[in-house]
Amino acid sequence: MRVALFVPCYIDQFYPQVAVASLELLEKLGCEVVVPKDQTCCGQPMANSGFASSTAGCDANFTNNFEGFDYIVGPSGSCVLHLKEHHPSEKIRNSVYEICEFLTDVLRITSLNAKFPHRIGLHQSCHGQRGLRLSSMSERNEKPFSKLEDLLGLVEGVEILKPERADECCGFGGTFCVTEEAVSVKMGQDRIKEHDANAVEYIVGADTSCLMHMEGILRRQGSKVQVKHIVEILNHA
Amino acid sequence: MLNHAEASEKFIADAERTDWHDETLWFVREKRDKASKVLPEWEALREHASLIKDHTLANLHDYLVAFEAKAQANGIKVHWAADAAEHNAIVHGIIAAQGTQVLVKSKSMLTEECHLNDYLANKGIEVIDTDLGERIVQFRNEAPSHIVLPAIHLKKEDVGETFHQHLGTPKGNKDPQFLTEAARQHLRGHFLASEVAITGVNFAVAETGEFVVCTNEGNADMGAHLAKVHIACMGIEKIIPKRDDLAVFLRLLARSATGQLITTYSSHFHKPREGQEMHIVLLDNGRTRQLADPKYKNSLKCIRCAACFNTCPVYRRSGGHSYHQPVAGPIGSILAPNFDKKANADLPFASTLCGSCSNVCPVKINIHEQLWFWRQDLMAEGLAPAGKTIGMKLMAFTLAHPVIYRLGGSLMRRFSGVLNSRLNPWYKQREMPVAPKASFQEWYKNR
Repeated sequence: MRVALFVPCYIDQFYPQVAVASLELLEKLGCEVVVPKDQTCCGQPMANSGFASSTAGCDANFTNNFEGFDYIVGPSGSCVLHLKEHHPSEKIRNSVYEICEFLTDVLRITSLNAKFPHRIGLHQSCHGQRGLRLSSMSERNEKPFSKLEDLLGLVEGVEILKPERADECCGFGGTFCVTEEAVSVKMGQDRIKEHDANAVEYIVGADTSCLMHMEGILRRQGSKVQVKHIVEILNHA
Repeated sequence: MLNHAEASEKFIADAERTDWHDETLWFVREKRDKASKVLPEWEALREHASLIKDHTLANLHDYLVAFEAKAQANGIKVHWAADAAEHNAIVHGIIAAQGTQVLVKSKSMLTEECHLNDYLANKGIEVIDTDLGERIVQFRNEAPSHIVLPAIHLKKEDVGETFHQHLGTPKGNKDPQFLTEAARQHLRGHFLASEVAITGVNFAVAETGEFVVCTNEGNADMGAHLAKVHIACMGIEKIIPKRDDLAVFLRLLARSATGQLITTYSSHFHKPREGQEMHIVLLDNGRTRQLADPKYKNSLKCIRCAACFNTCPVYRRSGGHSYHQPVAGPIGSILAPNFDKKANADLPFASTLCGSCSNVCPVKINIHEQLWFWRQDLMAEGLAPAGKTIGMKLMAFTLAHPVIYRLGGSLMRRFSGVLNSRLNPWYKQREMPVAPKASFQEWYKNR
């Protein structure tokens, strides 16, 4: 299967290991992975700030890079949700997948050669969870499900621990993290407190933006807890 | 006036109180979860309620006219108000005709929206709010911070001090039972003496011309049953087609609001009793403007349960007053710009767009999507804070040109140290990510 890897801008610049793990994992699973070289960003930072009217150039660049692919896969629920909801091209909207949903719904993997013998705290990113429906949500009266936990269940040795409020937002929120700095940080600190109560070694999620925010707080606190994108665990042999 | 971010920072400075506020409202959210999850048909009920409201809004004119005719036939006097000024003048006219100086009022967010208390005070008429929480904030000359729990920003110590000052309770007494009894005695005198009672309206039934008022304290009933004149104030969106529809809404309202199965009192006012005057004031005040915009129309489905407040991680940590509007929280943030875009341009940004609000909403308002739409509309009107527009255009330009993006990214990583600065709001309480030597694309080129 031919897959285009979408690497969100901030992952490209600050978290290349997440893109590397995505690439390696997809290749291991038999995909022919293409990385369009002129890709930049999905346009969400502008759109969520009220400047969707300024994303035409960004959208066109995305289309130029990706319109030739039936499967566009990215390791970021938030960016993928933005593309699905707001990208002007219907072809793009219908072809883009968040990597966990691609693994469970398209590749339908049932086994992985991965091992990660650690206590991990699961972070539910809002756009992945409520937007892309990667898992059931506590607000709804619905049957519990979780694509993230299904995948982590294939990894040997991993111990999943959930915070007391299983799906409360971490407070990143795009430009919210700086325009509403006080609330954003307080929300992040409160998430971390619940993970600390579970004595986790890693906070793991499917959105690097949430993880970047919590990592910033953890490091300021001098904490030993680290953050990891779920693909880094799934690719960990 | 402080904007939401500034007011929140002040609120959060008291970390202990912020935690208490967050935990108290989360407890209410959890009660709501329990009450909703015992009903296997919960999601179907939400859908049903949403469809009834959609249908009603699509036929609002007809239902309002039908309600007016039925209500008049029942002996209720019906008044129409285009805006807050008209509403207040109508209410004042009715009170003035009685020569009343002091009157009782049960909870009505609509009268908060119209600033009726201040208006009447200027005319020499004192309003006694009879909802306990509302009376507490009224004593303190504050606005309600929550539409169901108006004094939720206050602790029992605060209430004890307020009652000590205004009701003469012993200083330092913070026993909820004792303080409630003091309020009860204080309010009883006003209930008995008041010739006019104002109430809000939760639902008005077009089929029958009756209206329903929900309270837990029975204060609306105490006021209305004892007074010679009952004035009910409602927004035109409170109309529902049939009495049967209450079977849907009353089940959703209290479960969503507080996790109760039903409000303690759900009182139906059908016609005035012998010798009583009953008035109902129907207010537009921008609602038809909201109705005419397909993006925002369904915000009018709101039944004011405040479930979106209780679930909102931002509201719980910033407090209701940070929204500087009578209706705070996520729903307030999509209603407020309709009243005044410039004054409320900050509110649609007081959200991470996490979407929890839309998923607790008993009438399925797409609140987080409307927040996003308001962001676009407000920025298009030039209401961005200084520097934001230029910053956004620069970012959009960079991200539209791969060569400039790669150059900019490489410079940013090399000189990322300059971001470790007090001028960077990220850095105030968080470390910056450690910049890697090579971007993924650079690594991939040499793979």
